Amino acid sequence: MRFSGLRVLKEGLTGNKGWKPHWRDPEPKAEYDIVIIGGGGHGLATAYYLAKEHGLTNIAVLEKGYIGGGNVGRNTTIIRANYFLQGNSEFYSHSLKLWEGLEEDLNYNVMHSQRGIINLFHSDGQRDARARQGNMMLSQGDDAILLGRDELRGMLPYLDFDNGRFPIYGGLYHPRGGTARHDAVAWGFARGADQRGVDLLQNCEVTGIDIESGKVKGVQTSRGPIRAKKVAMVVAGRSSQVAAMAGMTLPIESHVLQAFVTEGLKPVIDNVVTFGMGHFYISQSDKGGLVFGGDLDYYASYAARGNLPTAEHVMEAGMALMPMIGKAKMLRSWGGIMDMSPDGSPIIDRTHIDGLYLNCGWNYGGFKAVPGSGNVFAHLIATDRYHENATRYQLDRFRTGRGIIDEESKGSQHNLH
Amino acid sequence: MRITCPICGERDRREFYYKGHAVSLDRPAPDAGEEAWDNYVYLRENPAGETRDLWQHEGGCGAWIEVTRNTVTHEITATRLVSEAKS
Repeated sequence: MRFSGLRVLKEGLTGNKGWKPHWRDPEPKAEYDIVIIGGGGHGLATAYYLAKEHGLTNIAVLEKGYIGGGNVGRNTTIIRANYFLQGNSEFYSHSLKLWEGLEEDLNYNVMHSQRGIINLFHSDGQRDARARQGNMMLSQGDDAILLGRDELRGMLPYLDFDNGRFPIYGGLYHPRGGTARHDAVAWGFARGADQRGVDLLQNCEVTGIDIESGKVKGVQTSRGPIRAKKVAMVVAGRSSQVAAMAGMTLPIESHVLQAFVTEGLKPVIDNVVTFGMGHFYISQSDKGGLVFGGDLDYYASYAARGNLPTAEHVMEAGMALMPMIGKAKMLRSWGGIMDMSPDGSPIIDRTHIDGLYLNCGWNYGGFKAVPGSGNVFAHLIATDRYHENATRYQLDRFRTGRGIIDEESKGSQHNLH
Repeated sequence: MRITCPICGERDRREFYYKGHAVSLDRPAPDAGEEAWDNYVYLRENPAGETRDLWQHEGGCGAWIEVTRNTVTHEITATRLVSEAKS
């Protein structure tokens, strides 16, 4: 089934009776060439690109809940390529390019909106740092415009430019950044993988990983054992638990990050705005809700809900930046579990077990990486070589100290990234 | 969440700074080797359940505290001074 404007018109005129489920609900087979643990955005994208670019279709994606029910549906949907360090820079640039062709590629409306992102700055020193970051973005082939106070006031007149503590000096504008509807991203990749023959197995929790003589043989699941030549772990949020099934301890500490949404309002915030000094960022969904968030709750947690002091801090920061949102009623809040890595950058690598691959450590930046992560991880699984845009995400960089990718020089404490 | 400081009593979580897992108390010898230092600086058991982590009562008496806490329910079952945990 292909989606098109004509199809929408036809279905609309005939009672919408022709729509079919977007993917099958198959029974697990006894064996697959590749088993992907984790049916989130990254796992589904990995399966999709394995099938599309490497012709590998004897694949199962194992999801303990339902497609779209994990972190891929719990983020604030922001997409950007504004990283500074080599390693991250080329990877996120690659991912952004994949986003730009994604809807046509998937034949699926993910509501990708390049509405632009603006990172505010509040001092001369911060302006210099943003200029340097912008130059790096330009040199990686992406876009960046340094906006002064007057230009910014024209775009975002509702900000409190003369805030006593953090007066606004300007912003770094990344026009190709933006948002996408996160559920549709999961559904689009799921449908694309399914159409190419990948089995999506929901309510299928992995309970063990079978390893013999240093080689992976398959997995034990709540729906029975499944043999596999290769197994990929893509379970950010639960990476430590799944890796422990293979006897591995990861350099990951799990933290909860909260997000908030208000009741639907008429269009008022056109871009994504980040206020780093207040740990606050905001955009407006197409449905009208203001979607915003802040920083981690800062202590290790697997509770998919946050604590009130952080909620209060986020609200205060929002009010300091844009007092107009004070009249909006908050509708709901939630928390997602983040794989916090010791340098703030992810891990996409083989493991010491033959045939077992690892993709984790996305900190709080996993959503924008979904197409890029799936694309480069598929390349690694299919060819056993690193993709040219993901050569520095090795697991052993921590043990050896070689190739740490610490964007903000915050050191090894997991929750500070 | 409220944390009981062994010196000051039960206080709001906002008075405390979180450092990380209590593995930080077991600093290896300088020549202990790559694996020991990897375990200390980077690798984490990261349990979904009971864990021990380090907090400092920075908005109070300044004491470092080892907290036994559940990462799923946020329930705190024990706190003691780091000086007691190490002895």
